[in-house]
Order: sequence, then C-alpha cells, then structure tokens
Amino acid sequence: MSSELKNSVYAAVPDVDGRFGDYGGKFVAETLMAALAELEAVYRQLSADPAFQRELDEDLAHYVGRPSPLYEAKRWSRSIGGARIFLKREDLNHTGAHKVNNTVGQALLAKHMGKPRVIAETGAGQHGVATATIAARLGLKCQVFMGEEDVRRQALNVYRMKLLGADVLPVTSGSRTLKDAMNEAMRDWVTNIDDTFYIIGTVAGPHPYPMLVRDFQCVIGREARRQAQAQTGKLPDALVACVGGGSNAIGLFHPFLADEGVAMYGVEAGGHGIASNQHAAPLTAGTPGVLHGNRTYLMQDEDGQIMHTHSISAGLDYPGVGPEHAWLKDLGRVHYVVANDEEALRAFHTLTRVEGIMPALESSHALAYAEKLAAQMTPEQVVVVNLSGRGDKDIHTVAQIDGIQF
Amino acid sequence: MSRLAGRFQQLAQRGRKALIPYVVAGDPGLDVTVPLMHRMVDCGADIIELGVPFSDPMSEGPVLQLGHERALANGTTLRRVLELVREFRQRDADTPVLLMGYANPVVHMGYAAFADAASAAGVDALLTVDIPPEEVAPVNAELQRVGMDNIFLVAPTTPDARIRRITATASGFIYYVSLKGVTGAGHLDVADVAHHLGQIRAHSQLPVAVGFGIRDAASAAAVAAVADGVVVGSALVNAMAKAIEAGGDHEAAMAAAIALVAAIRQGIDGAAS
Ligand SMILES: Cc1ncc(COP(=O)(O)O)c(C=O)c1O
Repeated sequence: MSSELKNSVYAAVPDVDGRFGDYGGKFVAETLMAALAELEAVYRQLSADPAFQRELDEDLAHYVGRPSPLYEAKRWSRSIGGARIFLKREDLNHTGAHKVNNTVGQALLAKHMGKPRVIAETGAGQHGVATATIAARLGLKCQVFMGEEDVRRQALNVYRMKLLGADVLPVTSGSRTLKDAMNEAMRDWVTNIDDTFYIIGTVAGPHPYPMLVRDFQCVIGREARRQAQAQTGKLPDALVACVGGGSNAIGLFHPFLADEGVAMYGVEAGGHGIASNQHAAPLTAGTPGVLHGNRTYLMQDEDGQIMHTHSISAGLDYPGVGPEHAWLKDLGRVHYVVANDEEALRAFHTLTRVEGIMPALESSHALAYAEKLAAQMTPEQVVVVNLSGRGDKDIHTVAQIDGIQF
Repeated sequence: MSRLAGRFQQLAQRGRKALIPYVVAGDPGLDVTVPLMHRMVDCGADIIELGVPFSDPMSEGPVLQLGHERALANGTTLRRVLELVREFRQRDADTPVLLMGYANPVVHMGYAAFADAASAAGVDALLTVDIPPEEVAPVNAELQRVGMDNIFLVAPTTPDARIRRITATASGFIYYVSLKGVTGAGHLDVADVAHHLGQIRAHSQLPVAVGFGIRDAASAAAVAAVADGVVVGSALVNAMAKAIEAGGDHEAAMAAAIALVAAIRQGIDGAAS
C-alpha cells in the first residue's frame, strides 16, 4: 500500500461493521451471521500472517501466472489519435479473467477453515470456471449456481466447469441470471453451512466479502501502479474498468485512490440505452437499497422490487453493485459512466482486429469508453484500461449477432 | 400491552399454544387474502403472519419462492399489503398481524413512513429476514415510536452470547428458525429444537414460536409440545397452489388451506392436552 493511501480515508473502509459510509453492512438472515463472523475472524488473522501471504503470492505467481503484463496498445492508440492506452492483461491469467485472483485467495481461506465443499454463483461463467479450477486443484467438492439464461449464452464455460469436475446447477427462478444465481447460492449456503465455503465472485454480498474480495483483487492495481511508473515514468492520468459487481474495477482503482491526479472511470452496462430501461447500470440510473446482504445502489421499482436487467455481457447483467463503489460515487472520487451493447460490441471487434487481442464482452465496455476518453486526451497522457478477461467465451454471442451458427 | 403480547398472555392463561399460519399476501389472488385471514382465525389461527412478496426472497424454499412470484405477478406491493391489513381490521380488532418480508421494500418506503402507514393500517409487528440485530437500530427506533414489535430470528447457528444480545432487544416473541436451511425444508429435528428453546428461555421470558419445516398436524404437534407457538407457511401455500393446479378456483384454494389449518389446530391441541 502506498503511504498516501495508508493515511487516507480510503484505507479506513470498511469500518468494523462492514460499512463504506452509508453502504455495505451485513443484511442477511440470522442463520448466516455466525458464519460471517467466523469468516471475518479467520480472514483478519490469516491476512496478517506472512506465511499465508507467501502461500497466496506463490499461487498468484506460479498458478495464475502473475504479474500480468501492462501492454501498450500502440496501434489502437494511434488510430484513436489521443492518449497512450495501456491494457492491464488480466485476460492472460490462468482461466482467462481477473476472477481467479479472488478464487485463489478464498480457496486458501476455505482450506485453512477445513471446509470440504465450495459453492459459487456465476454470470459469465468466468468466476464459476475459476472456482471449479481451484476446487479441482485442492480436491474440494464444487457446485456452481448459474442462471438458466446464462447457462444458454455461456455454454462453453458450462462445459469447462463440468470438465473440471464441478456440478453446474441451472437456476430457474426470477430473471434466471446472476442475481438469481446469487440468491440460490445463499440458499445453499444457509442449508449446508457446516461444511461449505461460499466463494463470492465479486465485491458484493455481506461484510466481510466486499472487503476481502477487494483485497484479493488489489494485486491488479498494485502491479499496474508499479508497471506504469516503470514503463512511462509516471502514474497514469486515467484508469478505466468495467463494473458488474465491481471487483475488477476496485482491484485496479483501489491502490490509486489517494493519487489525486489519477482520474477513474467505472463503466456500467448501458444495455439498449439508459432511456430504454433495459440496462444494468445501478450507479448511473439506480437508487440506494438493500440486496444480497449489503446496502448499495440498485435497479429497483417504486415498490422496492429489484428490476430485471439487460446486458449483452452476462458478467455485467446484475442489478446491484459493490458497496464501495456506491461510496466512491457519492464521494465523487470515481466517475461512473455507461457503454451500451452496441458500443461494447464495436470495441470487441476493434481490439480484435487492431491489436490481435479478443476481449471479453464485459471488458469491451471499458474499452468502448476508453476509446472516447482517450480521443479527448493528448499523446503525453496515459490511460490504463483493465482488460478483465478474454473473449473466447463470448464467441457464440458474437457469432449469433453476426448470424452465424456453429 | 401490545396486541401481540396480550394474545400470548391470553393463550398462556388458557394453556393453549399459538398457531401462526403464514401466507403470502396476494397469493393466489389479491381477492383471497382478507377472507382467507378471517377464515383461518375462525378455524383456530391465533396470530396471522402475512408475507410481503419480494423479487429476491433469499431465505425461501421453492414453494414460497413461487408464492412470492405469483403475488408479485398479481400486483401485490407493500402499500397494497397494508391496505389488505386495514381491510382485515374492519372486522377483526383482536388478532395480531405480523408482516414478514425482506428489507428492501421497507427501506425503499422509508422506515418512518413504513412505521406510520403500518401502524395506521393495524399491523402489529414486523419481521425482516435480512435485517439482523447489527442493522436493526434505525428501523427499531421507528417501530418503537409507533408501538410496533420487531420480531427477531434466532437460528440453530446462533451462539449463546448472540442469543443474549437478541433477546435483550426483542419484543413480542422470539422466532426460532428450526433448521439450517430455507423455508419448507424437510429435516426438522424436534429434540434439537427443544435444546435450543432451552437456551433461549435461559435468557428471556418472551414466548418462543418455531417456524421453518413444520408441514402437518404431526410435526406441528411435536413442536408445540416444546414451543409457545408454531408457524406453518410452505404447507399452506403449497396446499393452495396444488388446489389451483388441480383446476380449482380461489374458493377451492382457500378451502384447502383452511382444512390444513383446522387439522394442525387439532394436532396442536391434542398434543397439549
Ligand atoms: C471478464 C469479466 N470482466 C468483468 C466481470 C464483471 O465482474 P466485476 O465487476 O466483479 O469485475 C466479469 C464477471 O463475470 C467477467 O467475467
């Protein structure tokens, strides 16, 4: 942690109650409260333990393949004609996305707690794949909850999870996407609390999850900070990341929060456009409420019911967002913006053709906004975009839009 | 004394255990709820627990999830639920009504606005599954202002120190969740329930009702033998859903629910005598 960050308000959250200002907390059923307290105690103890940190660092280096490169997308930057754009290559991690940084960490917690079974919710399937992967390596039983709609659009990842020995349980309630998968995972956890560790895939859920997932993902920003200084001789002028639950974004942003000269943009899924109401942009168009164990911005109707969301990318198709982002929005420290389906799709094709890098549709939202932002900046300025995952899993979705069937 | 405390006191004097049926407001239809409440009281319900439907009912099993979905599809909102209670109160000033639901609709309405509207409608108590003691202070202040009880859950996983903390803030009664799991699960262990009720009673004089996993007259009787009250939910909601599935109308659904309430009343009273 930089000394500026250590002494800033940003290092003081969450407080002991799991709050980021008015957001966060522990809004769950009583049955889970003791388990959350135990998890927090174990995490606080282990995260201060050098042996645990060493074990985690080794896994990140030799299993995940860190550090991930900070790659300057020169041809793309030139074609835009503004700032220099660097891509933080989380797509090159083992399993193909940033999600694994967190699953490696939580799986180590599960191992230390002696839990033989792990469960996870997944949208795009990247978190499910990362969890199934770690479970295979540690010999843990693994069940992954996935909305029926996502099972359909992320068929490749479903098969990957099965190959890895995980059970994929399609969820047919509600909107059949990520939020419903999370409901179902919570129901499973409450039922099997004695032997099960719930590996949440993003910075949402009840305390301590938003804190510990953030801590595990901060490796992205710590590396990027070091790499940017080494490769450009300064800190970046702007950071851009997509925001579903917000884990890749907070992982990149957090180590820079106290660096006042670094502007930050969290890009939500604009779907068919904010005006259409078919989007997944709670920070841009939602209001505060309580869902999945924390208080945060939500997409909700006038009765407080959670609304259906839409995004071309399953990993962003979520009506809530991590509570720390809600707090950062109110503080004005991070700007939250949107990219819609069409813009993301265009960025997917552009990066593939111009740089030979096929991004995940989630990450493509960040790329789409970065393109607009960089165009208004100068060639001396530097933008770092979190390329949170690779696009192989989305080929079906893209092909279908292009009218191609396999 | 609150209507709820008064009801438990009466029951204790008569040596009778509380039967607390739970139905989701607006399921299977908005026209069903008020007549169903009256008829459940007529055949032995002592307290009515009315579910406020939510889009993401995280603690419900499959049966109640469907109940919530149907109720929402019928246009049931929190405001509408309060209207239903107001209508119920026109003919029944005595039976306590407890709303059970999730935080967000109440948060969205605002705790103060909710407390005012709910007490004006004749609601006696609120149970929000996902507002544990750690988060309860702001809503409790509003409920206390209007004299409403806040019902707390105690679970099999609640450690003794927490039970003490919960019972110190609780009023009305304590709701003991009989199993680790969601509503409607089928692995109720009565000896284990009895053990936990002993722990709760070591800290509190409040009546203790038990819910989750009570399906029929036999399981209700077994639990009533050790508790002050039993909550039956999934079984009633399922009985109504089955009646409709079999081609029945709302009247048939109500009849199915009433028959079950009556049978459970008999089971409980048989066990007590
Ligand atoms: C590649 C990729 N990026 C981003 C996300 C969104 O999650 P978060 O906002 O937590 O980073 C996902 C989620 O599945 C993902 O797979």
